[in-house]
Amino acid sequence: MQKLELLGARRWLCRSISSNPLRVCVVGSGPAGFYTAEKMLKAHQQAQVDIIDRLPTPFGLVRSGVAPDHPETKIVINQFSRVAHHERCSFLGNVTLGSSISLSELRELYHVVVLAYGAESDRSLGIPGENLKGIHSAREFVWWYNGHPDGRNLEPDLKSTDTAVILGQGNVALDVARILLRPTTELATTDIASHALATLEESSIRVVYLVGRRGPAQAACTAKELREILGIHNVDIFIQESDLLLTPVDEEELKSNRIQRRVHELLSKAATSKPKHACLNQRELHFVFFRKPNSFQESKDRAGHVSGMHFEKTVLQGVSPGKQIAVGAGEFEDIKCGMALKSIGYRSVPVDGLPFDHKKGVVPNDRGRVLSDPSDPSVLEKGLYVCGWLRRGPTGIIATNLYCAEETVSSISADLENGGLISSSTLPKPGRDGLLQLLHDRNVRVVSLSDWEKIDSEERRLGSSRNKPREKLASWDELYKTTS
Amino acid sequence: MQNSKVARVGASIVKHLCTRNCTSLCGVGYIRSARYHYKQPLFQHHSFTKLYKGAMIEKHNFLSTMTTNNTTKERSEQEQAISVTFIDKDGEEKLIKVPVGMSMLEAAHENDIELEGACEGSIACSTCHVIVMDVEQYNKLEDPTDEENDMLDLAFGLTETSRLGCQVIAKPELDGIRLAIPAATRNFAVDGYVPKPH
Repeated sequence: MQKLELLGARRWLCRSISSNPLRVCVVGSGPAGFYTAEKMLKAHQQAQVDIIDRLPTPFGLVRSGVAPDHPETKIVINQFSRVAHHERCSFLGNVTLGSSISLSELRELYHVVVLAYGAESDRSLGIPGENLKGIHSAREFVWWYNGHPDGRNLEPDLKSTDTAVILGQGNVALDVARILLRPTTELATTDIASHALATLEESSIRVVYLVGRRGPAQAACTAKELREILGIHNVDIFIQESDLLLTPVDEEELKSNRIQRRVHELLSKAATSKPKHACLNQRELHFVFFRKPNSFQESKDRAGHVSGMHFEKTVLQGVSPGKQIAVGAGEFEDIKCGMALKSIGYRSVPVDGLPFDHKKGVVPNDRGRVLSDPSDPSVLEKGLYVCGWLRRGPTGIIATNLYCAEETVSSISADLENGGLISSSTLPKPGRDGLLQLLHDRNVRVVSLSDWEKIDSEERRLGSSRNKPREKLASWDELYKTTS
Repeated sequence: MQNSKVARVGASIVKHLCTRNCTSLCGVGYIRSARYHYKQPLFQHHSFTKLYKGAMIEKHNFLSTMTTNNTTKERSEQEQAISVTFIDKDGEEKLIKVPVGMSMLEAAHENDIELEGACEGSIACSTCHVIVMDVEQYNKLEDPTDEENDMLDLAFGLTETSRLGCQVIAKPELDGIRLAIPAATRNFAVDGYVPKPH
């Protein structure tokens, strides 16, 4: 009798799983989205995971952020593709949260919604002249050379000047500097967008300044990227040796930070090594420390165009143990440049109905659970979670999202176990079928995984004839045409 | 084993195609240096031919493995396998045999041990980070290259005996090695390790 009951319970469980699976929607198909999907599929056998993305192409910043000359970093796409092919997972591209479908609609359709759509805007400096021509955010520039369909029209002018100033010294700043300085023959065999390669081939930029507010002990880049840029062919490196002197506070900081210690070592080595043999067309990379951007200067000859930057020198001031900030020292200095790229951080954009901390630029959350009110951790948005840059801000490497996703998924699992998400009275949710119906009614053209594979194989085909791993389809038109 | 070799050669060919005109920037030489014990100084400019030859050596190796699918090879590999214990995120131990010459990343994947390998062994990520649980065993390993150290910089829960799993290659002296996969919630006590005073 007991056996029968158990059997019955099991049968009921099986039936309820097949007829009422856990419907999960992940918004955003970058590393945070894919790692979340992977962990969800593994942790919950009854989970059906749909990954939506506003682009027809998956993989987020692995495709449009990672530099074209870093193919090894993109190998993680293999792993994400396996997730996308999982029988309980699907990819729905060309679906934009906020316009194709609202957040509240999505939450009606799914038991669990995980927002992992990253940061598609930029921090601004808020200084005079920021809107002059010739000034771009590093994000836009990266989108442009990586063939992001929204970066196609940037068309940066690299021919009217020989000098570019990059504000910021993180890895994105180093990527951008490297793309500007690296011989184009070396870029030609990467998956760089062809429009960008053509523009770079005609570039007259030969001097790049990487400017940071603080010193070499606080530089935000990592050793790999620094080592790489210091080793570029035909580029002389300039670093003021006096900038490398460490204060006792700096030394204390370096002791507890392996990355910054190794970065400082590399910079010191580069500062003392002699410049390579000078020759014509030699390019220059200047690391400039202790400078705070004060204003952009307008060109006298070309109205509305940037011609230089006005900086204030800085000194460091300790605010808490291990943290020093740059404060103005009252001395000023100009650097002439016809192009300026702001690499001071990405910024997330909220959607309707989403609690958002505008000061930090993230969604307020408790280990991935979205909070209704940033100041009150006890009120949760039921079934709504966040992961990746939207959760913790625009920092970290691809692997950081692995740990971020693990934590968000363990929060979801805990909530499921506590019955906070699905109770016996919870009605089945329509999930994917409901979403597809709604999108169909709104004439949204969903790009499926097999559609993406058409794009993928077309890009590889185009690339192989040009000795590139792929030739990215870099406009919405081309992307749509290939899927039809 | 053969599948992962195919993947490795595939990755190296892809990289070779992408970087054939680059000079010192790619990691190709270093991967091979770990596997075949070549010593290569930093910033050495790999010429195109060198890279090309490297790719061919690997390709040749791959082909020869494919063709010698008879038992002699397998038997000799078995004889030359070492014991490795993996300690997973939940603290559970798994003892496996790893043929000499195989990386711990490959070995983990062949034995369904959950060790991430985002870049598939090309020293471009830190996800296959393992902690060698015995300092003596750790000291038997060749020092990490700068490239490996650059990635270890970014590893989660780094310790003094951390290595990338893809760079730890099975050799007879390492028999009995114990490797822990770090987890956010655990602290490791490594045998024989005395923490340095700050």
